[in-house]
Amino acid sequence: MILFLYDKTFEGLLSCIFFAYARKRFPDMILSDTDQQPLFADERYVVDMDKEKASRVWSSLEKKLSKIARRMMMSVWISGLPETEMLLFRYIRKNIDHPQGVELNFGDVDVLRVKEIAQQVSREAHRLVQFVRFQETADGIWFAPIAPRYNLLPVVVKHFRSRYATQPWILYDTTRNQGLYWDTHAVNEVSFSPADLAALRLGQLEGEKQSDEEQLFQQMWKEYFRSITIRERLNPRLQRQHMPKKYWKYLTELQ
Amino acid sequence: MTYFVCVVGYCSLLGFLTLKTMNEKILEKLSILADAAKYDVSCASSGTTRPAVKGGIGTATGWGICHSFTPDGRCISLFKILLTNHCIYDCAYCTNRRSNDVKRTAFTPQELAELTIAFYQRNYIEGLFLSSGVMRNPDYTMEQMLRVVKLLREAYRFNGYIHMKAIPGASDELIAQAGRYADRMSVNLEIPSEENLKLLAPEKSYSEVFAPMRFIQQGMLESAEERKKFRSAPRFVPAGQSTQLIIGATPDSDRQILTLASALYRRPSFKRVYYSGYIPVNRGDSRLPALAAPPLVRENRLYQADWLMRFYEFKATEIVDESHPDLDLDVDPKMGWALRHPEFFPVDVNSAPYEMILRVPGIGVKSAKLIVVSRRYGRLSIPQLKKIGVVMKRAQYFIVNRELPMQTVNELTPQYVRRQVTQKQKNRAAELLQYAIEWGE
Repeated sequence: MILFLYDKTFEGLLSCIFFAYARKRFPDMILSDTDQQPLFADERYVVDMDKEKASRVWSSLEKKLSKIARRMMMSVWISGLPETEMLLFRYIRKNIDHPQGVELNFGDVDVLRVKEIAQQVSREAHRLVQFVRFQETADGIWFAPIAPRYNLLPVVVKHFRSRYATQPWILYDTTRNQGLYWDTHAVNEVSFSPADLAALRLGQLEGEKQSDEEQLFQQMWKEYFRSITIRERLNPRLQRQHMPKKYWKYLTELQ
Repeated sequence: MTYFVCVVGYCSLLGFLTLKTMNEKILEKLSILADAAKYDVSCASSGTTRPAVKGGIGTATGWGICHSFTPDGRCISLFKILLTNHCIYDCAYCTNRRSNDVKRTAFTPQELAELTIAFYQRNYIEGLFLSSGVMRNPDYTMEQMLRVVKLLREAYRFNGYIHMKAIPGASDELIAQAGRYADRMSVNLEIPSEENLKLLAPEKSYSEVFAPMRFIQQGMLESAEERKKFRSAPRFVPAGQSTQLIIGATPDSDRQILTLASALYRRPSFKRVYYSGYIPVNRGDSRLPALAAPPLVRENRLYQADWLMRFYEFKATEIVDESHPDLDLDVDPKMGWALRHPEFFPVDVNSAPYEMILRVPGIGVKSAKLIVVSRRYGRLSIPQLKKIGVVMKRAQYFIVNRELPMQTVNELTPQYVRRQVTQKQKNRAAELLQYAIEWGE
């Protein structure tokens, strides 16, 4: 078994590709220092991240793969799933080895898997865009706690920045304890102390931290949600299918 | 909500009390007017892109976003609300008809604009869907609605999605103005045939509904022409128009409904026809059927047929005809067509053209596209087809593949296949069959 060790960056992974082709050694496993190491490995290589080599690999992929395929690769990377490294390695290798590239060969398990994961990630990103709920704080900042499965803040920031350009907001990932703050000019990273975080996880801002109108509009929204439902058509299963329960935690209308 | 600015100390208490009672009033209006708006099924926020404007609030993404789902499983994308439930008409199928003894109320344009902004700021909605009962006369109602959208677009610089009803009978001038502010406009036909409309809504006529539809289309085409010459020419209803048909309130057949829908889709401005299973809101009217439950399965089948017309290159005449005027409730319309046309099958997915693959039950648009691009790399096997997303339970009777024994619909007979594919469905509750309405376009 051939093992590669890398620094857990995307450039590092691309460096692994370069390394493999240069040495003609193709890994069965790509891990980082923090991963659980296997007891035995026939060959073990520490691959250093090399920006220049990484960009050479990437520009060769740019020539061969469509923008969609490259974006799908980035989505797989964002997913952080355990299979990420080897899946991307095989995907890139197949594309390099095939004269026209294989991005449209969905009969291939790896090509299909890349598409599946990319779809999952973009579905999750879309759900953020759907189910984020801002609350107006007493100091005029619009605050929304989120808890997505993947680290999607960088993916959705553009949407919220252009939609709510004139209102300062914070999107806060309570599982990763990191947030983004838009002050109407720029986006900055913020994080809260553990004590604050515990309160944030509840989803609802405490009374004195809310603006005067916040409770009122939350009440209006709940009333709207109740009134717009057609009782003759109740179908909670369909509701959950579109809006799985794991997203309910921060939904104003379901508190 | 109008806020009282109080400069003197004790005034603040007064102000607070007034504010509280006012809020209760608005809460009540919201409750009544949302309840009265809920039978309009359209909620799509798709069909147009609005990039952010400097100093404004809002964008539109082009594909529509659902922000919540109510316990009936329907999407909330737009803040769907009536300006008023006062109405001068007395349509048998409508909860707001003038002979109903219900509490009547109306929002002021200012109240509605403020609520829309407050909801939008909290990411509850994509925008506003403004409808209304007809107060005093069509022109007056349209004018009031126009004031809401003008306030939103001009005073609040709202750049989110606006869907607006055109009130039949309102002057062209008012509709022309509304079209400058709205992304989508709609006029509901409601009843799928003119004679039944006359029966249930004697004060209305098809020509009155078709007039604003034609006017909107003309405005759209003119604006598109203008914009070819001048990029800055104003847009007019850029997301097109839609309409709604009530299903099951009248004896109209599915053939009638789908023929009407397909005629509408031939118009360049038409994006969607919505089908709304009739819910008996006015019990005791002898002109209407006493349904135990809304016809949800039939509604679902109509949406499937609608999808076949819009995305699967089916003609209405292929889905329903004189000998089959109504859709089969037990099998989906694509399966229904396939069982009536066994001579079309089996299809070899590794060589047949895209349009033929699209006709196979169990293969959707996405799978068909994946098959067509992937087969260039080599023959696709059954496990590969499954992974791609083909539902073999249905597709197996209609495709050939080297590995598959020849057990197609031709050897097994359509009757046998029909039994096979309906067996399991029979056990499923009707709620499962309720159509999962997809709002994208």
